[in-house]
Amino acid sequence: MTLKYSKDHEWVRIDGAAAVVGISDYAQTQLGDVVYVEVPEVGRKLEQGKEAAVVESVKAASEVYAPISGEVTAVNAELAGEPGRVNADPMGEGWFFKMTVAKPKELEALMDEAQYKAYVEGLG
Amino acid sequence: MSDQPQAPLQKTPLHALHVALGARMVPFAGYEMPVQYPTGIVAEHLHTRSQAGLFDVSHMGQVRLDGAGSAQALERLVPGDIQALERDRMRYTLLTNASGGILDDLMVTNLGDHLHLVVNAACKLTDVEHLKRELEPAVAVTPLLDRALLALQGPAAVAVLGRLAPEVKAMRFMTAATHKVADIPCLISRSGYTGEDGFEISLPAEAADRLARRLLAEPEVKPIGLGARDTLRLEAGLCLYGHDIDGSTTPVEAGLGFALGKRRREGGGFPGADVILRQLREGSARKRVGLQPEGRAPAREGTEILDKDGAVIGRITSGGFGPSIDGPIAMGYVASAHAAIGTSVSLMVRGTPRPARVVPLPFVTHRYHRG
Repeated sequence: MTLKYSKDHEWVRIDGAAAVVGISDYAQTQLGDVVYVEVPEVGRKLEQGKEAAVVESVKAASEVYAPISGEVTAVNAELAGEPGRVNADPMGEGWFFKMTVAKPKELEALMDEAQYKAYVEGLG
Repeated sequence: MSDQPQAPLQKTPLHALHVALGARMVPFAGYEMPVQYPTGIVAEHLHTRSQAGLFDVSHMGQVRLDGAGSAQALERLVPGDIQALERDRMRYTLLTNASGGILDDLMVTNLGDHLHLVVNAACKLTDVEHLKRELEPAVAVTPLLDRALLALQGPAAVAVLGRLAPEVKAMRFMTAATHKVADIPCLISRSGYTGEDGFEISLPAEAADRLARRLLAEPEVKPIGLGARDTLRLEAGLCLYGHDIDGSTTPVEAGLGFALGKRRREGGGFPGADVILRQLREGSARKRVGLQPEGRAPAREGTEILDKDGAVIGRITSGGFGPSIDGPIAMGYVASAHAAIGTSVSLMVRGTPRPARVVPLPFVTHRYHRG
């Protein structure tokens, strides 16, 4: 199992050929209370770094970018009724969608846990 | 490419307290203000409607007008009936411009020997310039730079403040009185910007931190940031200057006809009266309405409003999430033909038209204490 982070504070957890994507604890803290999530449709093809989903806090809408390229295989239907899961459990129950891993090499551009922690600390 | 250096942000007397309470501070109207505390916007909003929230609104402008003819003079600038405003009563009114648009919305209180005004923070400098230019020297216009302003709002506010100043329990909505609270002389009004019962407390700046801490020590009271202030007022259907009202919106378009005094409707004598009185007679081309999107996606300020044929009929001026509604809400202007309650419209959110309906304002019933 590999856990990686993007500079835009998405995480991707890879288990073999399946990946789960969400936003980090830092991201949910910055956002504040999440009131709405728009997830991609199953079957949609995502490109690394391009818009994949939308997460809305009370104050504003934010884009969630695909940390890697691939096809959406499942979405977290619970977020429609309980968007607060993103705040309560960003790394677990607050997952956004699952996808295939089209280009494994893309993972090299992402940060591991330690690197992401240092990156966030550097943001001040 | 060079960056203009930003003027340093101003601080209210409660700045250190906000930071000590863990507030997230943001720039607002030239001040560094708390947008939320660790509690979070939704919880702060819900707490205010169920118990009591304490807001720092010291960034707003407090101004006094002195001089025997102050009320009559102020009427040259506002469409309200200020001369009939009784001692210790207050009124919402509007500074208008020559086109009938709104320069600012404000509260004016008759304190007997002077008028006390509370204006928006973003407009206070231009408002004072305007008041001075138009009213001096017969009326003295004095910004009260050494005073702070706190708001205590919610169903528990009267119980809390009543413990410190029992006389406030008898106050009716839109009245003011001077009372000592924790030994501090305060100008208290029963009014606010949340739709709930509550009080606004004007006091010397140097006593603000002490009074705020004293109120926060009461079990029902939590500190509330500007984020929740915005969601509360939106649910209450109240306008935010610079968004729902501005120099291009008339009081008639904005649905603020209640701010036009009866005598003033007949007599005029304020900037833009010709435009405003004509709209009162003939109707206005557009109207401010409440909107409820279907589903859960918020539609925010700037969103285009379309009719069933896809024609643009208006724009959202305030929009977001209402925690007490537990859903998205918005206000905006639509062409008057589409302003009836129940009218179906579409809202262009991220390139997709989303269904919505025109609904009555406010979204949450006001609970003012009319006695």
